Amino acid sequence: MTETAHDIGVNRRASFTGLCVLLVASTMVFAAFTSAFVVRRGMSDDWRPMHKPPILFVNTAILLASSIVLDQSRRSLRRGDRSGFNWWWTIATILGVGFLVGQGWAWYDLKEAGIYVSSNPSSSFFYVLTASHAFHLLGGVIALIYVDVQALRLRLGPAKRTAIDVTAIFWHFLDAIWIYLMVLFYVWG
Amino acid sequence: MSSHAIHQPPRSFLRKYIFSTDHKVIGIQYYFLGLFSVLVGMALSLMMRFHMVHPNVAVHWFAKIWPTAAEGGVITPEFYLALMTMHGTIMVFFVLTTVPQSGFGNYFLPLQIGAEDMAFPVLNMLSFWITLLALGVMLSAFFVQDGAPLSGWTAYPPLSAVGRIAGPGQGMGQDCWILSIALFCGASLMGAINFIATALDMRCKGMSLMRMPLTCWTWLVTAVLGLLGFAVLLSAGVLLLLDRMLGTSFFLPAGLLINDQILPYKGGSPLLWQHLFWFFGHPEVYIAILPGMGVTSQILSTFARKPVFGYKAMVYAILSIGFLGFMVWGHHMFMSGMNPYSAMAFSVLTMCVGVPSAIKTFNWLGTLWNGKIHFDTAMLFALGFVSLFVAGGVTGIFLGQPTLDLYLHDTTFVVGHFHIIMGVASVFAMFAATFYWFPKMFGRMMNETMGKLHFYLTFVGVYAIFIPMHNLGLAGNPRRYSAFTDVEFLAKLIPVHVFITHAAYFTAAVQIIFIANLFWSMFKGKTAAANPWHSTTLEWTVPSPPPHDNFAGVHPVVHHGPYEYSVPGAASDFIMQNDPPLPVPSIVQRIP
Repeated sequence: MTETAHDIGVNRRASFTGLCVLLVASTMVFAAFTSAFVVRRGMSDDWRPMHKPPILFVNTAILLASSIVLDQSRRSLRRGDRSGFNWWWTIATILGVGFLVGQGWAWYDLKEAGIYVSSNPSSSFFYVLTASHAFHLLGGVIALIYVDVQALRLRLGPAKRTAIDVTAIFWHFLDAIWIYLMVLFYVWG
Repeated sequence: MSSHAIHQPPRSFLRKYIFSTDHKVIGIQYYFLGLFSVLVGMALSLMMRFHMVHPNVAVHWFAKIWPTAAEGGVITPEFYLALMTMHGTIMVFFVLTTVPQSGFGNYFLPLQIGAEDMAFPVLNMLSFWITLLALGVMLSAFFVQDGAPLSGWTAYPPLSAVGRIAGPGQGMGQDCWILSIALFCGASLMGAINFIATALDMRCKGMSLMRMPLTCWTWLVTAVLGLLGFAVLLSAGVLLLLDRMLGTSFFLPAGLLINDQILPYKGGSPLLWQHLFWFFGHPEVYIAILPGMGVTSQILSTFARKPVFGYKAMVYAILSIGFLGFMVWGHHMFMSGMNPYSAMAFSVLTMCVGVPSAIKTFNWLGTLWNGKIHFDTAMLFALGFVSLFVAGGVTGIFLGQPTLDLYLHDTTFVVGHFHIIMGVASVFAMFAATFYWFPKMFGRMMNETMGKLHFYLTFVGVYAIFIPMHNLGLAGNPRRYSAFTDVEFLAKLIPVHVFITHAAYFTAAVQIIFIANLFWSMFKGKTAAANPWHSTTLEWTVPSPPPHDNFAGVHPVVHHGPYEYSVPGAASDFIMQNDPPLPVPSIVQRIP
């Protein structure tokens, strides 16, 4: 039995629903951490604002750029410009990996400054939130690389368009979560 | 994201029965995982009951299995707590969460909505294997150094967070517990993604949401509860693990003195854990019971040969129970020194849950009213569910009052309450579902004589266990105590404990009838027809057991609501969902 157009349509819809559900789950994870953050900060007197590694701003810029490039890539595909798609998508993937490297750098920076996960609740939450975000992002990068490999091997049939859209939406979501975390760190952290 | 595969039946044994992506095989795998877990959990409870009435009697083989925890064959108070923790955790997670939703839901959601499989079969297989891994890690806690944790299925800090210093089992045992729960959360989140996407997007033509069987509604809403709840439990588990492993102070306050040592933590809040935990924990109760409500509705309607009374009201009741489930977690924390105004708010919201619950109960009674009731075993267990749901629900109203709860909270009243409503009622729904769907799952009928005998003995048995617990609780008998022999005011209550323990032995023993019936019928039962109960939903339109791709490549088309029984003017007393539309507009069609 081959996959019919009906099946592809159903699969595409199911994939988007699955994605939405996944985003809700991830949102709940960060919401739970945020509520713990607010409670822990509000009810104790040992919370000291922590030194934040300046590279975070560079990382933010890299992540934002990757999102913009990713959309550039999808626009190319919509125009039928396959090589443009491959080119932009590869750049976005590299930027995604760059963000993860930058986060690693930020943690190294903190370690050098003697700020560990148990130093202060502010640093505890910093590590927990950035690590959870990085964990999600790792999944996003794997998805980016998967699509990229498929694209470079010219295996991007219509059924794979769903993978492209799902990956891109997930990536934008992680972008939004990161902006939120930056605000949280710099306003209350 | 992997999406649904092409349905060639797999050839090799390994792909067909072990690493299968077929929702039916996965459903059965979950069922047997739950069956194994429930037997383990039951054995633990029997050990607890034994210890409560014979605290000093040595049992030779206890010492063989647990040479340190039960040295000389006598269960220590610490080991009693370990038994309690593991009993609760195994039952709640690996039985009550697993079987009704992941077991029966996996098997019957796609069949009932006319789909070939779940939306993401590979993800589905992954959820099962991770759940199995989680069970393995959980059970391994018994065999690591110092044995299983003591902190209950709720794992309250500081006890759960400070490590070995707090007692045996609080070292590696508690780590196993947290790791297992984290794995379980991951598997449940994957399951939730699958259930929601399947129920929303895989329905066949004509299967509108309001034509879904109530079972599908409950699986959908349960998946949403699991999605929101398990994500929060996972986060809380991560923070707890960091407190244990990396010396953070999320849940641990300053100046903690344990076993004559002042611990170096500061500023954390044990109450924070309670809030996060119960934000998951209360919906978890509904995760356990909602699928049972769905299958009860389905069975009452089938065996009373009447439509479900107030289908729409049932759907809205399911939705509102799910919604309210997230607003009442505070009623587990009345004892925590909560602000009385918050307690009042939680109390009022808790009372509100009584409204949709009562709607459901009255609709079940309405379904039965004037019905031509067939007392098959499945129906008996469904009626038993209604009975237990009322008996356990009424005491929930007691406990929802902060003033009463302050007295009753740490007594066996609570134990009796939650066992009846969450434990036994759900288990009765699982029994009902087993007898109802067994013919479809295994192609054979279960033995009705053994089934009825099992029902009546179990029904008497569970009430004999749990009703006296309420009386004990009212008399002030504390819970979580391993023995009462040295407490003067409890001495007069010992005979009640003895009675409960004997009732527990009896109830456990009669489960042998069920196990025998299950396995005997699987191989020797009467061959089942496609629709032995004359039910209306889609799973009964296909052979028993269904072929690999469920509908043999045909997409069914639905023309009817799920419960069109005894429709005036129809040829038989039931109309299948995919039967052609009736020539004359029927009353039932206008009330879907």
